[in-house]
Amino acid sequence: MTLRELAELLEAEVICGEHHLDEKFERAGASDLMSDVLAFGESGIVLLTGLANAQSVRTADIIEAKAVVYVRGKKPNKEGIELAKESNILLLSTKFFMYKACGLLYSREIVGVRNLK
Amino acid sequence: MVSRHNLSHTFEIKGRDFIKAGSASINIKEILRELGIDPVIVRRVAIASYEAEMNVVMYANKGEMTLRLNPKVIQITLEDEGPGIENIEIAMQEGYTTATDEIREMGFGAGMGLPNIKKNADMFELKSTVGKGTSYNIVFYLNSKGNS
Repeated sequence: MTLRELAELLEAEVICGEHHLDEKFERAGASDLMSDVLAFGESGIVLLTGLANAQSVRTADIIEAKAVVYVRGKKPNKEGIELAKESNILLLSTKFFMYKACGLLYSREIVGVRNLK
Repeated sequence: MVSRHNLSHTFEIKGRDFIKAGSASINIKEILRELGIDPVIVRRVAIASYEAEMNVVMYANKGEMTLRLNPKVIQITLEDEGPGIENIEIAMQEGYTTATDEIREMGFGAGMGLPNIKKNADMFELKSTVGKGTSYNIVFYLNSKGNS
């Protein structure tokens, strides 16, 4: 699925990083806990989160996520958006709740990160 | 291309500065990427240094993190001035945390940081003196495939 299709599926607003929309992705992960994202996140995933602070952007940058989708209509503050522009990360915001956003992605065969060993 | 020999960069980290938190690790990641280091290793170094950096921001007054690189290893050392860790063995257990609500609201403090540094590193030494501070020595071998 392309990130543009993801934005359409989640009826999401593009906050920044539009030039990434034609890139493809296969996996996604969802968490409000950045500690878990750092421990279990994988390079190239789309990160869904309700945590709209600058740390969500830095964490996405560190794990090399393709994009961050903020659920429940959340958006990062100005600092977070500036950081995403500097780090060249696509940020999206959907009004859907986490459960629905994840369900829609899963129904379109976007799988999660690998299970614990 | 910068020479891989004797590279050393030091970053100052301020406790409680949640705005800048993580910027040193992003810098480290960019430096290593520009040097053409294997992206898998760069990612492991970035995760481990970010976890260590966040620990300083969350718990200590200040810290100094140094990246050193030679043809064989990448080394991250960090010395902080802060409360220290009473029992390192317990602190290394997944899920153990002394985080405040404020830290949890930032999305951290799940007790995953130190175990995650260990998981990503080839060698991890942690020393601490209560009331003084904590020092981290994190080593990554450039010829290893990694363990995460």
